[in-house]
Amino acid sequence: MSLLKEPDLGTPAVAGAATVDVCIDGLPVTVAPGTSVLRAAATAGINIPKLCATDSLDAFGSCRLCLVEVDGRPGTPASCTTPCTPGMQVSTQTPRLEKLRRGVMELYISDHPLDCLTCPANGDCELQDMAGAVGLREVRYGFDGENHLDAPTDDSNPYFSFDASKCIACSRCVRACDEVQGTFALTIAGRGFDSKVTAGAGESFMQSECVSCGACVQACPTSTLQEKTVIQLGVPQRTVLTTCAYCGVGCSFKAELRGDEVVRMVPYKDGGANEGHSCVKGRFAWGYATHKDRQLSPMIRESIGDEWRKVPWDEAIGYAASRLQAIQAEYGRGAIGGITSSRCTNEEVFVVQKMIRAAFGNNNVDTCARVCHSPTGYGLKQTFGTSAGTQDFKSVAEADVIVVIGANPTDGHPVFASRMKRRLREGAELVVIDPRRIDLVRSPHVEAKHFLQLSPGTNVAVVNAMAHVVVTEDLVDRAFVAERCEADSFAQWESFVALPENSPEAMEPITGVPAAELRAAARLYAGARNGAIYYGLGVTEHSQGSTMVMGMANLAMATGNIGRDGVGVNPLRGQNNVQGSCDMGSFPHELPGYRHVGDDTARHVFEDLWGKSLDPEPGLRIPNMFDAAIAGTYRGMYVQGEDIAQSDPNVKHVKAALASLDLLIVQDLFLNETAAFAHVFLPGTSFLEKDGTFTNAERRINRVRPVMAPKTGKQEWQITCELATAMGYSMDYANGSQIMDEIAATTPTFARVSFARLDEAGSLQWPCTEAAPDGTPIMHVDGFVRGKGHFVDTPFVPTDERTSRKFPLILTTGRILSQYNVGAQTRRTENVQWHGEDILEIHPHDAEERGIVDGSPVSIVSRVGETVLRARIADRMPQGVVYTTFHYPGSGANVVTTEYSDWATNCPEYKVTAVQVAPTSKLPVGAQPVGTQ
Amino acid sequence: MSDHETDIGALVRMANQIAKNFSHHRSDVASNEVAAHLHSFWAPSMRDQLVRYVDEGGDGLDPVPLTAARSLSVRR
Repeated sequence: MSLLKEPDLGTPAVAGAATVDVCIDGLPVTVAPGTSVLRAAATAGINIPKLCATDSLDAFGSCRLCLVEVDGRPGTPASCTTPCTPGMQVSTQTPRLEKLRRGVMELYISDHPLDCLTCPANGDCELQDMAGAVGLREVRYGFDGENHLDAPTDDSNPYFSFDASKCIACSRCVRACDEVQGTFALTIAGRGFDSKVTAGAGESFMQSECVSCGACVQACPTSTLQEKTVIQLGVPQRTVLTTCAYCGVGCSFKAELRGDEVVRMVPYKDGGANEGHSCVKGRFAWGYATHKDRQLSPMIRESIGDEWRKVPWDEAIGYAASRLQAIQAEYGRGAIGGITSSRCTNEEVFVVQKMIRAAFGNNNVDTCARVCHSPTGYGLKQTFGTSAGTQDFKSVAEADVIVVIGANPTDGHPVFASRMKRRLREGAELVVIDPRRIDLVRSPHVEAKHFLQLSPGTNVAVVNAMAHVVVTEDLVDRAFVAERCEADSFAQWESFVALPENSPEAMEPITGVPAAELRAAARLYAGARNGAIYYGLGVTEHSQGSTMVMGMANLAMATGNIGRDGVGVNPLRGQNNVQGSCDMGSFPHELPGYRHVGDDTARHVFEDLWGKSLDPEPGLRIPNMFDAAIAGTYRGMYVQGEDIAQSDPNVKHVKAALASLDLLIVQDLFLNETAAFAHVFLPGTSFLEKDGTFTNAERRINRVRPVMAPKTGKQEWQITCELATAMGYSMDYANGSQIMDEIAATTPTFARVSFARLDEAGSLQWPCTEAAPDGTPIMHVDGFVRGKGHFVDTPFVPTDERTSRKFPLILTTGRILSQYNVGAQTRRTENVQWHGEDILEIHPHDAEERGIVDGSPVSIVSRVGETVLRARIADRMPQGVVYTTFHYPGSGANVVTTEYSDWATNCPEYKVTAVQVAPTSKLPVGAQPVGTQ
Repeated sequence: MSDHETDIGALVRMANQIAKNFSHHRSDVASNEVAAHLHSFWAPSMRDQLVRYVDEGGDGLDPVPLTAARSLSVRR
């Protein structure tokens, strides 16, 4: 499409029915009470000139350009701050208004560089547009007076420039940082003529607490805050609507291009997940797609000691197919398998699991969700009946008490965090349950009412203690439980959690959480009109991950916090398509739609369509594959878009498994750590080339549209189909849309999903069925998917990983805002300026005890491995706990993590590793960033 | 399907860990739950390996998973 310019109605929409009738320039308009005259006029097609107003921000009334006349009222009020009242008669264009507006514009332009022809925003500048709109023809004041034309430019941010000489002090950037992002990094310093936008306390943007989300750049009506790519390449000419490929929020973006070159990514206002907001990754860190490290040719080699040899596609696919078949001939049908990727589209994932089930003839398919949210799948299916978060993101706006458990949304899911912080600023209460004092605990205008700083590995003890309070203090929502849940399982669970050993007092020595504080938090949640739970990998990546998911589900059901806006149990998914890859049947025991492979009815649906008998028994999980590889019975593996040699725990064990394989096929953008063990490399496509769908953490299916042809010459699903076909099982689709049609035909929750329907609706949240053709934003409204809600007893079983004199500290791992997962993408962008290496956070006391100085290298030793990182002394860490990220391969965070895993799903216990930390003379390995172009 | 010989120690540890999470039930209920879990989530090759190990004595397996594994043997 041509460049999409979204309408700006000036002020935000107001909820409620349209009941207020007004007349604007003779046109009748009916709007919701509280709607501004500016917005009412815009809805009627009357564009009142404006500069400080934009519909993503509350009205400010400073620019004096949107003045109107109202019959019966004196003066010329600003239409942005004037609400419509019944019967109001408004004039937007009169000689008096024209004169006033022209006068205002004269003042603005008298202190603005007259360089429109060479300005990067030429043609995309609201100030320029308004000068035209008001008919500015002269500036009577001249240009020689005192001005800001020599104000300096701040180029410190790698992605945008701040040219103060062009600033009109409208405060849109300041308000965007406050209201949209919630960081409060910008302010207007000085008064009157000296007013100027300032980052932090007069620092550069880079030195300030700015998180580079881009909200200020988007809000700027001039070229003051401008993307450097626009300065470099010029204003874009066309738009492709697509979806971000980073975290599980799944933001919608306008990819704005000149020809096939991306000029900028702008968050889309109609995007259901993000509604016009973005973070530093989605907004700016897309340069990896054209990084010089991208591999564009298929390559093969006989053994991993050989050099790679570039070959044509058919040779690479034929080679892979023949070697896979040879392995099966010698070692059996089950000697091969594969892993799907949460970074790939639903369509790409669907065909991989189809290939494995139908062409490989087994169920040895697993996905990277094994190492993140597999306990969510298990826990929510047991209790609610399906593996999915219960709410849409918008729901948080109705929450009164928000409980964040084992998640760090401001780093991991920043756009959702902004929504959450907005609600907290409105007065919702916050409970944070985390070993680390994450930023949400106390940040500008947000402070947790209760921060339960528990010991790592004791989530279940905490949730049981909270449930104990609910049950023993008569805080159960008996009506909800009686109507919506199983009586027997509730009675059993109620007896279990009421046991004295589950009381906060009994658990305090284990959890480290003061009983009184825990009791208060439980009362707050249970007593809320709407209580919502949001959780992350700090819940799942434990040996009791599945138990904890069920514990939270129990708590939500017992307090009636399920089935409406503002409540629910909500997993914050790590990667963009974790939800989708699970939905698509990536687990070895489940077909698409979470139906067990032993379910004859479900399996026959696929057998009939695919013309192939399918194995009714579960296949191997990823850790089982590694074990079997070392044992010599699993010998061929296809890995789609995952770097298991960096992301999976106990890397030494993983690498030994990979080195044992006769054939490893890696399909990826880059020659990653895993590719070092590969025999076939099949180059993948970036999200800018893909044609398909991603499903985000709120079950929202979003279109991913190609902005350019695949640089490799093939869509990734084509590669998979060709490999299956070369193995004797024909898979053939004309396009991604046909694959989605097959998904819809076989998977009940996707029954009414198609590309055409998605293009029409924008996005759809599954279940999308005949009964719910427009999708399902909130689940379990009238009943649980499984019928009645099922309570599960959740005994606290401590992890076998224990501290000792030799390993006295607990290491926990996580991620930070600027980097993503193993860093394959973000390390190849300017985001390295914020995080150039992984570091170890350690409490001041633990550091002092060991003689560790801030910034010095330290060794981290566990019982399985050792690595070296630089230390950062951080009082947000509790004593006895250290923390690092795993964004750089050289830092080896997963060299030290162990093979302990969740009892039900084998999700690794990344969050609890006993270690010792000591000063070292060694230097961190490979801490240097990959670098950009 | 090929016979995926996994480190038996890992299988024993996993089976014991699963059983601990049902330890609040009566032992017969717990062993049924463990058996159902293994049947739903473990590949047949892993179940077979555990059953063979139990046939050889099942050293290191706790009583509940031991009973569960024996019931798997009956299911075969």
